Amino acid sequence: MPNMIRQSVIFWRAVASIAWSVLLLPPTTALYVVLSRFSLFHPLQWLTECLTVLTSASAIFSFILLCGVVLLVGFFNLEYYSVVPSIACSKIALLGHVLHPRQFFHSLVHCIMGVVVAWCCAVTIGGRYQALGYPCMKDESGPQMCLNENHLVLLLAGAFVGYSHSLLGLVHNMNYISFHTVQQYKYLCFKGTLPLVMRASAVQALYSLRNFLALYFFMGYVPRAWVCRTLDLQVDSSVYSLDCVSGLLDLSLLYQLWISASFLLFTWYITVLLFRIFVTEAYSFPVQPTFQEDAHQCLPEVITGKQPTILKFLALQDLARLSNHCPSRRQEVFSLSQPGGHPLTWTAVNRECLSLLSDLTERLVSHHDNVASNGRTKLQSIGSDKKTSSESSGRYSIFCHSRPFSADLESRGLPGPPHVLRTSWPLSPGYSSIQSPHIMRRGPKLWSASPGGGWGCGPWPICFMMSDWVLFSLQLPEASSQALFADSQAHIWALEGLSHLVAASYSEDQYGVVQTTLPSILSAMLMLQEAVDRHFKLPHASSKPGRSSFSMGDSSYKTLRFALRATLKTSIYRITATFGEHLNAVQMSSEHRKRLQNFLEYKE
Amino acid sequence: MMCSLALFPPPLPGDGETSHYYSKDEFTTDPSVWFEESHALNLYFPRESLKPHSRPESSSKAAFRDHCETLYTRSAGAWRDAGLSGLLNEIANSSAEVPKWLGVSSRCVLALLQWVSSFHGSLFPHLTLSSEEMTAEFSQVLDWSDCAVRGFAWHPHTQKCAVALLDDSIKIYNPKSSTSPTLKHRLQRSVAALQWKPLCASDLAVACHNCLLVWHVDPTSLSTRYTHTHTHTHTQPHSPQVLPQRFHCSPSRRPSSGCAQVLSHPGHSPVTSVAWSPSGSLLVSASPRDTAMLVWDVAVESCVPLHRVGGGGVTHISWSPDGSRLMAATPSSLFRVWETRMWTCERWPSLKGRCQSGCWSPDGSRLLFTVQGETVIYALTFTDTPGLPLGMSGGPKAATVVADLSETSLDTPDGDTMVGGEIQSLAWDPRGERLAVLLKGDAGAGRPAMIAVFKTQINPAFKLLPCGFVQGEPGTEPRLMQFNPNFRHGAQLTVCWSNGKITHVAFYFMSARVPQPGVGGSPPLPISQGRPADYVNQTLYTELIS
Repeated sequence: MPNMIRQSVIFWRAVASIAWSVLLLPPTTALYVVLSRFSLFHPLQWLTECLTVLTSASAIFSFILLCGVVLLVGFFNLEYYSVVPSIACSKIALLGHVLHPRQFFHSLVHCIMGVVVAWCCAVTIGGRYQALGYPCMKDESGPQMCLNENHLVLLLAGAFVGYSHSLLGLVHNMNYISFHTVQQYKYLCFKGTLPLVMRASAVQALYSLRNFLALYFFMGYVPRAWVCRTLDLQVDSSVYSLDCVSGLLDLSLLYQLWISASFLLFTWYITVLLFRIFVTEAYSFPVQPTFQEDAHQCLPEVITGKQPTILKFLALQDLARLSNHCPSRRQEVFSLSQPGGHPLTWTAVNRECLSLLSDLTERLVSHHDNVASNGRTKLQSIGSDKKTSSESSGRYSIFCHSRPFSADLESRGLPGPPHVLRTSWPLSPGYSSIQSPHIMRRGPKLWSASPGGGWGCGPWPICFMMSDWVLFSLQLPEASSQALFADSQAHIWALEGLSHLVAASYSEDQYGVVQTTLPSILSAMLMLQEAVDRHFKLPHASSKPGRSSFSMGDSSYKTLRFALRATLKTSIYRITATFGEHLNAVQMSSEHRKRLQNFLEYKE
Repeated sequence: MMCSLALFPPPLPGDGETSHYYSKDEFTTDPSVWFEESHALNLYFPRESLKPHSRPESSSKAAFRDHCETLYTRSAGAWRDAGLSGLLNEIANSSAEVPKWLGVSSRCVLALLQWVSSFHGSLFPHLTLSSEEMTAEFSQVLDWSDCAVRGFAWHPHTQKCAVALLDDSIKIYNPKSSTSPTLKHRLQRSVAALQWKPLCASDLAVACHNCLLVWHVDPTSLSTRYTHTHTHTHTQPHSPQVLPQRFHCSPSRRPSSGCAQVLSHPGHSPVTSVAWSPSGSLLVSASPRDTAMLVWDVAVESCVPLHRVGGGGVTHISWSPDGSRLMAATPSSLFRVWETRMWTCERWPSLKGRCQSGCWSPDGSRLLFTVQGETVIYALTFTDTPGLPLGMSGGPKAATVVADLSETSLDTPDGDTMVGGEIQSLAWDPRGERLAVLLKGDAGAGRPAMIAVFKTQINPAFKLLPCGFVQGEPGTEPRLMQFNPNFRHGAQLTVCWSNGKITHVAFYFMSARVPQPGVGGSPPLPISQGRPADYVNQTLYTELIS
């Protein structure tokens, strides 16, 4: 039940975003109609035609269809979104993602929706695109129905664009929702991104169209023949077929295809964009419950909660914001519980943040050990049935598809997230044998300790050698490093929240609530700092990915590790700058003191 | 108690470096040691030793682009560098290689574009300036284009400073270290501003001609990680005590990943102002040609443009020390005050000209600003505490005149001296006790550029009291000034002079209290006594736009 209430925040936000995308559909459609009927030399006729089309019954019917499509797209956004990107470490893993049934379903539905949108476009454009068949005269047997290839091409282009949208969405992690460092009001955010979305859809439509035309040029006869046979249509031999150069160089057809594809992508992108904007909007959780029954909606409760990752993220974001901007809410965090006088809020917040940090430290250390002992990062990519690792080792896993918070999608009875790789290759020596979380955690160590023994003793040496070779050759550099930091947005907020609270406690904490935990906070941060420093000395870890041109996919996860490193340093500096020499009185190991001294002297 | 220059003690006649005048007051512990001759960071960069890069922009681009390349590559390059107009220009210029119709049509479109841009330029006259002129116009440095020192930045936490020079290099001085690295980069041209990242030891943001550079100057392993080459050509008799060294990114290292990050955004050039948020998380950059102000997340190299209609660009930005507000001046008679929680802004259409400079009180409650063409300092008071929910409710409704710096003649032993006039820049010391005002002066009218220093008091009531003038050696003028944030015994004003010297003027006083940023309360309205009648009726209006 509490879960239901928490979930409802996200649900209603999604509903609001879908409602707005439906509301934005009429102007978009009108714009599409105006553009698709564009004629330079008959402006008056152009405008009157547009008006008649917009008020006709067929247009209203297709508009209702489009609304249905947008609703469906919105529903898919809600079901497939994730705040932790799934990063494929090798090309095989990526292939596994693509072939996953869940992704297949996504692609299929988008393909069909693409056809529906293309049909609506065809009806709206009218003229020679209107219908699939048209009456034609053949010599032998009177009037017959012939195939209208223009219409067919339009429908197929819609299907292709829909499918490629789904596929590129997977490759570019379009379902990944990133949180922006700069919070703006929703309208301003939307207004600022709208030109980019327009450009992205127009450009993406061009690329998709290019690919589609190439495909149609070579393979066009297959669907044509199939449609002719099933619908019993004739091919009009007096008209050029379109799968030749002269047929495809029809400027009007190309223009209509491009405009339709842009329209399709634009409406879908707008839905995605609105969903992202609505879902990532900052949510203000109450720090302390007014009534006992509201306790589960409070910040400490939500932060420690496991279930919907997005809520945990929102709570951490709220923590970072309140610690930076709201003195009154900070006061609530530092306050003591009324009967008993325990700093329950601070303890919960502090414990959760520290456990996040130590999780990351542990992950980095074992990754580093693993790489150092193996000489290269092969184990990271090794298939490691993700399901096993994330379920058995809880929030901690060093493996590539780590989703350190349990996936919220699975909880809703869906067939698992698309990134779960269920390959049948026995990719890892630990694949079948290692099950328990304890051994799982030490899996890499076991492996590295006896590499020689590993070759001979298992039933899969040859197979492993092959897969190892294949994996090595297909490995995507940097990906393992990206995957380690995939959910680092949470750590960034935890660091910001902690450091701001600690810095504020210098003057605002009346009961000395924070003081008792200062040594553990500092040591957690310094340990993480050491682990991050070591990690950045690995090859590929410090290379920045080239900045991609704008697309709807959010690639900010690729650079999260840099953000984490910068935030970590800033956070330690914030504490040292506030407390200064007082930190010498804090108990800590000599190694940490040395590191801290560097920070105090601004040498780090 | 009146805040006009007539109340100032007159400046002493110039005789060498000791001509700095300093008025005695009750806070002064020892007025004779205001100038530390032995300061380790008294620097001298003779103008003659620095060679400016005087290549015109277009020729440099053409030189970089090989004409043997195919038209397609050249067009792609032009598109990348200068957008549509660059592409059209390239096509129009290579008429031999393109079909005639393409050349003609691109020429037509180019003409149309130029016509439109000239129309746009008539709305915003600053757009007709070249990049260099624009930087000179909007820089906080007086006479930027001919100044040996083009930028100066103290590190916010340690005794370390960065100096941007006329030859487009940046030198970093640290009294504790024997090396002083020189930062050079291919893209580091016409440096307009630089600032160290707060809560960080080593990051330096530099506003360059067409990009933003963020240097990572590792404070510990300089000598091990980067290659140094000693450049003996720089050791002039007056050069600093430490031997200047050149600091290279080794060719194998990509500049963006190794020691400098290049942050650029189409249409965002020249960058004239940068400001780190006091919490060190965000970097804001501004360009007079770009109506959007960019908010950078430097670590991930991504930016969020904040567009607002009106103004035609952003020239100068200044972050309040508590991080809750940001002042952004535009080239037209308008400036904005952003609230940094949700990034909404207040518009302040000012009266007579563009906002030339602005500075915040240490607690972020007061903004002082000056307007081009006027000789007064205005103040805005923000009474709401930054933590309260949104709505910008506590914003002021009108700006008040707090000081009048119009021309006055003062009696000196040499006779009357004219002081006053337009204001180039303002600087407020981090404790909120001294305000330095750089006056532009007018050589023709016999008014030298000069720094006037006010004593200020923020609590319980805002007060501005005359303190004195700071003058350099005879014939030199101040160009740039900044307060040292790490001076323990009062305030220390670092001044870059027209002859290339950088000196430090200390003001010793017992600070009444250590300012505590973010703790608001509702300070009373500023005292603004003795306003001339002209300014009584001038109020600025605000409107809340979302």
